[in-house]
Order: sequence, then C-alpha cells, then structure tokens
Amino acid sequence: MRIARVVGNVIATIKHPALVGSKLLLVDEENPAGGTRGRPLLALDTVDAGEGDRVLVVDEGNSAAQVLQRPRGPVRTLIVGVIDEVDPEPRA
Amino acid sequence: MQLGEVVGSVVCTRKVPVWEGQRLRLVQPLDQEGRASGRPVVALDVVSSAEGQRVFFVKGREAAQAIADANNPADAAIVVLVDRIERADSVTGA
Repeated sequence: MRIARVVGNVIATIKHPALVGSKLLLVDEENPAGGTRGRPLLALDTVDAGEGDRVLVVDEGNSAAQVLQRPRGPVRTLIVGVIDEVDPEPRA
Repeated sequence: MQLGEVVGSVVCTRKVPVWEGQRLRLVQPLDQEGRASGRPVVALDVVSSAEGQRVFFVKGREAAQAIADANNPADAAIVVLVDRIERADSVTGA
C-alpha cells in the first residue's frame, strides 16, 4: 500500500463496465520529503474519501478484486483507507 | 490506473487470434500538469477512444481482463475516457 493525497475528482461517462458505479478519484503518491510525485493515478474509492484527504492506496489487481468482492477485472488501484496519522511521519 | 493521451493507432492485420476485432492505440502517459511523461505504450482500447483524447489506462496483468477472454497477452488497456477532472484549484477538460 502507498500513502497518497486525493488531488481531484474524475468525471467519465464512458468507461469499462468494471468501473461503472464507482466514485473515481485522482490520487498522487506522497514523497517522503514532502509534496507529491506529480504522477497521478485513477483510483476507485471504497471508503468515501474526498479531495485533500490523505489516503491509503493499493495498486494491485488481486487486492482490488478482493476488496471489491468480485472477479478480477481491469482494475488495480483502490483507495482502501483515509489516514488519520502516520507515526513517525516518513518525512525527510 | 494512469493518465494518458491517445496519440495514435496501431494496426496489425496479423496478430494473436484472441485480439481479433480489438483496437490498439498508442497512449502517451501524462503527468499532473498534462505534460508527456515517459514512453508511449500500445494499449487495447475497449472504450472507443480517439486521437487527442484524455484517458486512463491500466497497466500490468489486469489489462488483459479488459476483454472477455482474459487469456490474452495485453499489458496495457484503456478503460476510461475522461470527460473532465475537477481539482480544488482548477477544472481540466478532456
């Protein structure tokens, strides 16, 4: 799992059926030195996260299928937690 | 799933039989500013994308799951056509 920030909300009418009905958020992995990587990922939200939230993200298809409780599909990135705190902070 | 822009199409008359009838697109990965980032990849297109469109594509073994017969060699697949991305500081069109 990775620590990331929710940086946007994605609106998409046309998408693979495996993604229909899910909230789609743009997340960007945090750098240990602060800030984010600048390489955003599309993630399905499973925990009612919102913009600006610090979140836990999985980026692996088997984990994603397990959380979504459905057969494997073309989905690998999910938000699985909203982070309250990290102790100690992985800051440089 | 990564952000990208469709920059072209790849046509193969001869290809693995399981890809019969599938479109292949050339996708340039983008960073958060919309700048090209890294090398273009060839991806299965299951959402009828067009050149110039912003998309999200899935890389890795999950890509093959985009079509009914998941027993195929795809390692990238376009799964979302972006209408727009809303951010706190801006709203970015497709």
